[in-house]
Amino acid sequence: MNDREQIFSAIREALAPLPTKAANPEWEDSLIVCKASGEFDSLKAQFADKLSFASGKFFDSIEALEEFLKKEDSTFGYCDPGLAEHFKHWSGITFDTEYDEAKINDYSFGITRASAAIAESGTLMLKDSVTSARLAALAPWVHVAVLAESDIVGTIGEAIQRFGDDPSIIFATGPSKTADIEGILIEGVHGPGIQIALVLP
Amino acid sequence: MKTHQQIDRVARDLDPEVHEANFMGAKLKSERRYASLERDYPDPDKLREIAGLIKQHTLEHLDQYLEQTEASLQKNGVKVHFATDDEAVNAAVLRIMNETDSHSMVKSKSMITEEIHLLDYLEKNGKEVVETDLGEFILQIDGDHPSHIVTPIVHKNRRGIAKSFEREGLGDYNDDPETITRRARKYLRQKYLDADVGLTGANFVSAESGRIVLVTNEGNARFCMAANRVHIAVVGIEKLVPTDRDLGLFLNLIGRSGTGQQLTVYNQFVGGPRAEGQPHGPKEMHVVFVDNRRTEVLASDCREILRCIRCGACLNVCPIYRQSGGHAYRSVYPGPVGAVLSPLLAGNRFPELADLPKASSLCGACNEVCPVNIPIPDLLLRLRDKAKREGAKEAMKGTPNLGMWATLCSQPAMWKTALSMGHSMNYIPTQMIPNPSAKAWQAIRKLPKFQGGEFRKWFKNRNQGSEARSQNPTN
Repeated sequence: MNDREQIFSAIREALAPLPTKAANPEWEDSLIVCKASGEFDSLKAQFADKLSFASGKFFDSIEALEEFLKKEDSTFGYCDPGLAEHFKHWSGITFDTEYDEAKINDYSFGITRASAAIAESGTLMLKDSVTSARLAALAPWVHVAVLAESDIVGTIGEAIQRFGDDPSIIFATGPSKTADIEGILIEGVHGPGIQIALVLP
Repeated sequence: MKTHQQIDRVARDLDPEVHEANFMGAKLKSERRYASLERDYPDPDKLREIAGLIKQHTLEHLDQYLEQTEASLQKNGVKVHFATDDEAVNAAVLRIMNETDSHSMVKSKSMITEEIHLLDYLEKNGKEVVETDLGEFILQIDGDHPSHIVTPIVHKNRRGIAKSFEREGLGDYNDDPETITRRARKYLRQKYLDADVGLTGANFVSAESGRIVLVTNEGNARFCMAANRVHIAVVGIEKLVPTDRDLGLFLNLIGRSGTGQQLTVYNQFVGGPRAEGQPHGPKEMHVVFVDNRRTEVLASDCREILRCIRCGACLNVCPIYRQSGGHAYRSVYPGPVGAVLSPLLAGNRFPELADLPKASSLCGACNEVCPVNIPIPDLLLRLRDKAKREGAKEAMKGTPNLGMWATLCSQPAMWKTALSMGHSMNYIPTQMIPNPSAKAWQAIRKLPKFQGGEFRKWFKNRNQGSEARSQNPTN
């Protein structure tokens, strides 16, 4: 018997004596919906609130984003070629539209598309088929995820329903962090230290 | 006479700084867990109950779900392997590395790889392996082991880490946590870019879609799948859940239970190699499903422990863990979950760890915080029974010998004699009582005079009396 057969055989033997087996319980979608943290007049407003609670940054204005990047001295980076038209008018900020791995530590920001966002948790949903380059969303200190307001869903359950068959889906909730050293929270570990969502109409 | 178990001795001798760090860390995480659940849900226990039932159902139909998972993964272009024990897993990983011409590996946190000592094996076979989770990286350069399943270096402080970094050539002594983190970021970034293989564990696997789920905060697991050619996931067979929808429930529980976060920063759902047109990421993905005695646990009367999603909540709330720290459990899994799982995963070395289930007051706090509602105190009792029946010597030290009690109970004449003679203990000087437990008992008590036997007399006579009465109806 090979390993696979051994394991399946051992499982069947282990379960055979059970007189009855536990049924799969039914549960409503509402069971896991988080209580609202406040009153919001739109999913966008709720998302913005939760995103900042998770130390992320919300922008819905390209001008404001430009100002922020300049303030952070983040003036050279990468941008998804499909999004370049929104930002190519920027002055004092330049970007590649083809990711050059040799410049991985030179790109101070990466602008890529998000597939959706989740209002109840302030989460960005990234997909392989929508992210032009994985490293662009991961390596730079600043990651800007761009999405349309209509792609903000209310709950985690709804986001899961939108998975489709993409092989790599990421829920990103705020900047990377750790508390491994003495329980002290540090932001910006291996992933971005600043996580931005740019919501366009 | 006091008996100290090994865990008592470790707690007694624990460095006060380590004790403080461990205790305060556990307390904080427990408080955050509670606060986040109460804030976000009207009835958090309902979620725990349902999650527990889903996991139990999955375990009791594990052959079906494992088959379904294998099929889903293969449909996505993933190569699926099975390994019965630690040797098999290590051999499989090495073989995959050799077949893909891979020399170097970056790995993200995985407790199962601690079980099988994967790092040591690969290094002995000439491969370079780098731990990328910050805590695990620090442990690797120190030749140390995790003391908690979620926050592995809770027993270390910044000064020790700074010294280690200096020793490894990562910069002059600097114990500022932010500086330490930045240095690790820079050093490990080059390792990610140079590595051939990225290895991960998996927190969950969806049988429906074949997606493995990674629950992290640092971004290291993402990086293990951004610049490498091959991704290998080593996964215990008990990690399955039926559907993607179920993941919504488990992800809402695991972050809050472990650290009080609604969601950890990154939840990755990895279904296969990179998508068509994606320039970065592995072109090849392997999943190795591992048994390593999990089927033995499945066959035992402690199978509920396999529901565990490794959140660490039971550790954080346990009064024993808070005093002794994780290393005191002498095994990969510490705390209440470890007290059940470690002796069972030890197989025929069960007696060596059979004292762990005794390290509990059965307060039940662990079950109350468990996101999958594992009845840990019940399991601890079953394991204590197992240890007794199998005569596990170390574990049984200090357990009173109940053989005499059993004899007395089963012989009515002996029982009666013992009762009526019992109070004569009052006339024996306490110091002269040979049995230590009896001596301790008698030292602070005075047994009352035996005034009993009335019920037995009455009962015996009652029968005779009723016969007499039935012959004399006028009475």
